[in-house]
Amino acid sequence: MKVRFHRLRTNRKLNRSAGGNFLLFLVLALLGAFMVLPLLYAFVSAFKPMEELFIFPPRFFVANPTLDNFIHLSQILSNYWVPFSRYLFNSVFVSVVATFGSVMVSSMAAYPMAKHSFPGRKPLSDVVVLALLFTPQVLYIPQYIIIAKLGLINTYGALILPAIQSPLGVFLMKQFMTQIPTSLLEASRIDGANEFTTWWKVVMPSVKPAWLTLIIFAFQSIWNQPGNSYVYDEAMKVLPSIMSQIQAGGLARAGVVAAVALVMMIPPLVLFQLTQRSVIETMTTSGIKE
Amino acid sequence: MKNWQENERSLDSIMNRNKNVVARPQKNPSYKNPGLFHRIWIHRESYLLMLPFLVLFSVFTLLPIFSAITLSFTSFNMLEMPRWVGWLNYIRLLLDDQIFLQVLKNTLVFAFITGPISYVLSFMLAWFINDFGPTMRSFLTLVFYGPTLAGNVFFIWTFIFSGDYYGLLNGWLINLGILREPIDWIGDTNYVLSVVLVVQIWLSFGAGFLAFIAGFQSIDRSLYEAAVIDGVRNRWQELWYITLPSMAPQLLFGAVMQIGASFGVSEVIKAVAGFPSRGYTADTIGTYINDYGVVRFEMGYACAIAVVLFLMMVGTNKVIMKLLKGLL
Repeated sequence: MKVRFHRLRTNRKLNRSAGGNFLLFLVLALLGAFMVLPLLYAFVSAFKPMEELFIFPPRFFVANPTLDNFIHLSQILSNYWVPFSRYLFNSVFVSVVATFGSVMVSSMAAYPMAKHSFPGRKPLSDVVVLALLFTPQVLYIPQYIIIAKLGLINTYGALILPAIQSPLGVFLMKQFMTQIPTSLLEASRIDGANEFTTWWKVVMPSVKPAWLTLIIFAFQSIWNQPGNSYVYDEAMKVLPSIMSQIQAGGLARAGVVAAVALVMMIPPLVLFQLTQRSVIETMTTSGIKE
Repeated sequence: MKNWQENERSLDSIMNRNKNVVARPQKNPSYKNPGLFHRIWIHRESYLLMLPFLVLFSVFTLLPIFSAITLSFTSFNMLEMPRWVGWLNYIRLLLDDQIFLQVLKNTLVFAFITGPISYVLSFMLAWFINDFGPTMRSFLTLVFYGPTLAGNVFFIWTFIFSGDYYGLLNGWLINLGILREPIDWIGDTNYVLSVVLVVQIWLSFGAGFLAFIAGFQSIDRSLYEAAVIDGVRNRWQELWYITLPSMAPQLLFGAVMQIGASFGVSEVIKAVAGFPSRGYTADTIGTYINDYGVVRFEMGYACAIAVVLFLMMVGTNKVIMKLLKGLL
């Protein structure tokens, strides 16, 4: 009898107290406000005229919203040697190619590390994790020398090739792939599939949330990388290097700085919404099953 | 071809210590102790899959890391050729550098205060969010990942903590009658470290958080149903016995990312506290490396600092991994 009672309850969520729910809601709301308000402030500041940025008492919202900052930004941009569309194209091209390459290369490398027992598996996995812990600041000079020796200065390759290898991506994909049941892979091998086919047809579909998440990480970091030390040719530069030049203008351009941040934020935000929706849609179907 | 695959399967079951692998009864004893080259040959497809990554990783990450470690034993001003000085940089750093002690202290504050706070918050939040419906879940994820997603928007905190009457916080506090005079939050050495800590917590929900969000759905739902039958009664038991062990890979990923983020914090400090901050009160090893590498052109010394930071992170990582693996 008792057993039957429990079975009846299995489809329901475990109970929670009303007080606990309220507390949870309160914590979420407070933390959420702490997260959102500065972002909102940055957003609003981009529409503030110069006088409103420096008034007492300071105002959170804008009284007379203006597009001056954006107009000013486009004026600054039109004074550069190369049309804005060229920077935009470079940025989009580099980000899309490198993100795609990074996700592919990382997942391909992660699969054997997660699921095969080849000689050297343990040391290799350790090296990938250790590489994540080395401060990148001191790597620029050796990286520059290598990129120069490879003849990649002033090419898209200087921006794309280093971005494709991502220890973070391999580590993330590897962690998710360890959760795939081995019987799933064995079934594919019995069907006569080679490892490449197994990776593409069986492994990748079952770690969809992982590579959707990796797309966000990869795109975000590549989109924001200035790369100005590898690319001097104005026609090859990407948006962040131009934006940081404008931001270096300082306080007089405080409003423009906010405008720049807003413009740069849009593509990662759109991509995040697209992928996050898919992550959550796959969530409604249950997890990895045999 | 067929034959090889059969061999590989049986080999997998001999050698794979992964608990997912079910051992098969062995029929052919000659595969029990295969030679190294034979094992490499059998796994040639695995190496082929890793090849693109291994090549690029060696060229653009491993080689620079080894160069940096080598440079840490030299004196190198980036104009002349590096000159070998042996352990001199390390001796100077550990015995002779007062500022290093200061930035080391700050680094440890970030590592052991914001690190654990961010990690636990990220997991708890991902866990709470997982209970909502799809629309709310998507919205809340955006809210908490927003600061990380927004790139370098953290400069907005300099507007908020600005030391004059125009600063948002000062303005509010003066309006409310709490303050009479504006406080120089960033210039005052008493406050600046706390300001950066607040901003760092604001940026808590990063790579680990998203990995947790994605990880929650890798959990097989039938485990929860089975758990209720097995007598799991409340949500904390469910968290402890089902969710945490199922999330082990994501939790380890989050921990490594958190160690990297908390020990390596530098961009935020440079943007919020200035670079270098007044009297190095808010500087960490990360910004100190920048100070020597980019400003003073002492690359050999900067590399030595980087190696010390790296060893600290590796040590912490070892301890944390031991702890987590013991728990899960």
